[in-house]
Amino acid sequence: MARYQLKVNGKDEELDVDPEMPLLWALRDVLGLVGTKYGCGIAQCGACTVHINGTPTRSCLVRVSDISGQSVRTIEGLAEGTDLHPLQQAWIDLDVPQCGYCQAGQIMSAAALLEVKPRPTDADIDAAMVGNYCRCGTYNRIRKAIHSAATYDNAATPSSAVNLGEDVA
Amino acid sequence: MNDNDLVSAVTKAVYRAAFRPNLNRRAFLKLSGVAGGGFVLASLLPMRHVAAEDLGSLVGSVELNTFIKVSSEGEITIYSSNPEMGQGIKTALPMIIAEEMGAKWEDVRVLQSPVDERFGRQGAGGSTTIPRSFDLMRQMGASAREMFIGAASTAMELPKDELKAHESAVSHASGRSLTFGQLAALAVKQPVPDPSTLVFKDREDYTIIGTSISGVDNLEIVTGLALFGIDTRVPDMLYGAYHKCPAIGGEVVSANIDEIKKLPGVKDAFLVEGNGNVRELLDGVAIVGSSTWAVFNAKKKLKVEWDESGASKDSWTGLVARAKALENKRGDELIDERGDVDAEFSNTENQTLTAFYEYPFVSHFCLEPMNCSAHYKAGTNGEKDTLELWMPTQFPAGAYRVTKPMFGLEQEQVTIHQMRLGGSFGRRVSTEYVCEAIEMSRRVGAPVKHTWTREDDIRHDFFRVGGFQSVKGALSASGKLVAFEDHFIGMTNNGKPVSGSRFRKTEFPMLNVNNVRATKTMFEIGTPCGPWRAPGANTTAFVIQSFIHELAHAAGRDHLEFLLEIMGEPRWFEQGNIRSLNTGRAVDVIKLVAEKAGWGRKMPQGHGLGLAFHFSHAAHIAEVAEVSVDANKKLTVHNVTVAVDIGPIINMSGATSQVEGAVIDGLSTMAAQKITMENGRIQQSNFHDYKILRMPSSPKVDIHFIQSDHAPTGIGEPALPPLAPAVGNAIFAATGHRVRRMPLSEEGYTI
Repeated sequence: MARYQLKVNGKDEELDVDPEMPLLWALRDVLGLVGTKYGCGIAQCGACTVHINGTPTRSCLVRVSDISGQSVRTIEGLAEGTDLHPLQQAWIDLDVPQCGYCQAGQIMSAAALLEVKPRPTDADIDAAMVGNYCRCGTYNRIRKAIHSAATYDNAATPSSAVNLGEDVA
Repeated sequence: MNDNDLVSAVTKAVYRAAFRPNLNRRAFLKLSGVAGGGFVLASLLPMRHVAAEDLGSLVGSVELNTFIKVSSEGEITIYSSNPEMGQGIKTALPMIIAEEMGAKWEDVRVLQSPVDERFGRQGAGGSTTIPRSFDLMRQMGASAREMFIGAASTAMELPKDELKAHESAVSHASGRSLTFGQLAALAVKQPVPDPSTLVFKDREDYTIIGTSISGVDNLEIVTGLALFGIDTRVPDMLYGAYHKCPAIGGEVVSANIDEIKKLPGVKDAFLVEGNGNVRELLDGVAIVGSSTWAVFNAKKKLKVEWDESGASKDSWTGLVARAKALENKRGDELIDERGDVDAEFSNTENQTLTAFYEYPFVSHFCLEPMNCSAHYKAGTNGEKDTLELWMPTQFPAGAYRVTKPMFGLEQEQVTIHQMRLGGSFGRRVSTEYVCEAIEMSRRVGAPVKHTWTREDDIRHDFFRVGGFQSVKGALSASGKLVAFEDHFIGMTNNGKPVSGSRFRKTEFPMLNVNNVRATKTMFEIGTPCGPWRAPGANTTAFVIQSFIHELAHAAGRDHLEFLLEIMGEPRWFEQGNIRSLNTGRAVDVIKLVAEKAGWGRKMPQGHGLGLAFHFSHAAHIAEVAEVSVDANKKLTVHNVTVAVDIGPIINMSGATSQVEGAVIDGLSTMAAQKITMENGRIQQSNFHDYKILRMPSSPKVDIHFIQSDHAPTGIGEPALPPLAPAVGNAIFAATGHRVRRMPLSEEGYTI
């Protein structure tokens, strides 16, 4: 066990965990942030997507020890207080979820996309969302919801600090 | 006792319950968090097998036997009684209640009900919840509405028949109106109406049913709040993993337990002797620790010696070889026969066609892996042991069937919380993941959240059964289908056909053609199989609807016209049975889908339209796929048009989602999904070797409902079966290549 500092959803957290423990399990089992989901453990399904310093990342393969001192945003930290993120609102307005299990990861990937492409094309959406699997087949509504959120007045503004590159993993 | 007597007995019991002593009532109000005057309407169920004398105690003893509560502030709480796995039932059932009640949807708060037999059958499966529950939900809503009207009649001193319940209020033409909240305290004192006197709303007066309502858990889902079984957290909880023999049914001999116990975060590890029942508890190694990661990590370091003498030896290649030897032969066992197929097949004026179809085993692949949290508490000071379970399951009460025989617990010692399911598709009907969790909790004396790894989830699934069909048809000189024969090659577990491995006597076109014969051959396997979205239909539709197209092509006829001819005159083969094909409804959806998809239009080179119809789960559904295939066999499904008749739609958004999801699931499955086994071992383990459809390959789905006057039925499953043949037929139209084997990747296609 060792101690690591993380900023999670704007809050400083000290984690006393095994250096090998992936961020996913530190979030779920240690911090109790269960919105980030386990699906495959090999960074293929996208259910565990969070933002690390703004970059969408599969948390199942990133060790806590590798990101000590960095900033993590999870689905629980996406809304500003009680103001939902435009994507969260669009997801509700368009009734996107079926079982709902993958949707936190979908929204986190989409949120990172809107940060860099506030008006994404279908091709942008395909590229950003290809790593997020939905077993229920809600892809078409997800696409529609991303377009819809992108047109809301308070849509996310672009930020140069964010890149949409490869996963940290 | 006839039904009316029963209803009357229940009504009296409910009436008594409504006037229980104040002490109990206050206790209940406090417990349920309803401030001030509220009312509880006990549920009235068609409990035909419950003896009359039991009804009083059933209804009266626990006041939570309710679907509806209304607070004096006007908040309407509706319990949704059945498991939610993405099929939308948690939203749909309360919509029916709210509609009949005259509630405003914005006033409604939906809670998942406790697991209690007074809520009736709390299961989900077979797309049956809507047809089973529609009338009950209407009764619940209508009964509450009449009590509000009764209360308003007293308060306003106006006759009941001049009052209307609407928008969570009862109003009179004069403009006078009282809200449900204002009326709640008085409404509870109204007699509960006899259900036989209730009159349901006319369809044209609906304001909630048939509209689009966003799922009641959507806010929790998009903000990441705990909902699913895997999200369960209880104080002092430990985490568990369970390792079973990769060859299904192998017994544990020994393991490196001492080494495992030394690993970081591991609290305990031990061998478990199971009962040999794959649906209950198989032998394995349990690891309990301080986090999911700790036990998953330790699991990877396990070294186990297994005794595989009694384990499955199944081989997919072996099954294929055995089946292929049966091609164009009849099965040993007759399913049904009518007319004289042999005469038609030997008639030299007829054209005879044969084909051999193959479909693989597939996994459920629920994104939330199997999991269950259990807290087994040993009784102290002579108290009985208790067990609390947090389960994502399609049949919560199914746990009682194992807690008694395996753990010696009576039903009253067990509390079950039904959790939202992260997908199920027929998977979560067994109880092995529950038994594993209970056993671990019992052994370590603490609550344990037991989670399967993705690898466990694939290797220890109850698979959609694979199989084969050898089909034969005869066309008359004029191109009419005059004889049909099917040799169904399926699978058994312990001598019993597994879920979906069945060819029905009524399977299309057995009732539509004059000369038909169906036979079967069954192979015994050790690989566990179970229901998978539209069992049986999801493979047989592919065979039959592809072969019908083959026949149409051989006859030189338009597929649409040929299919309509086979369907024939409008008739309901078994009048009144929703599970029986109604050819009139079939023709209507086939014609509608053809019109909407532009059937018959000229397609560019390499593009094709494919049509299919399938009747299952009481739903008449036709689909047209529009595809293109390039020179490298890269398939693009551009659009799928769907026409559905399941009667009136409850939640338009939910129904549309189910159809769209089924189409995409169907395409994902037919594109590349295949489970194989050799020497009893499942050869796939995770996303790298089990390929699923992703967003860029998802087709547009264009959905049309015929909201006929038939009773509403379910839509979780039946839109899936027609997809595979529609796409296969479109590939043929585009390329001239006939797909007789799934998945398409086996035929060289990529998507």
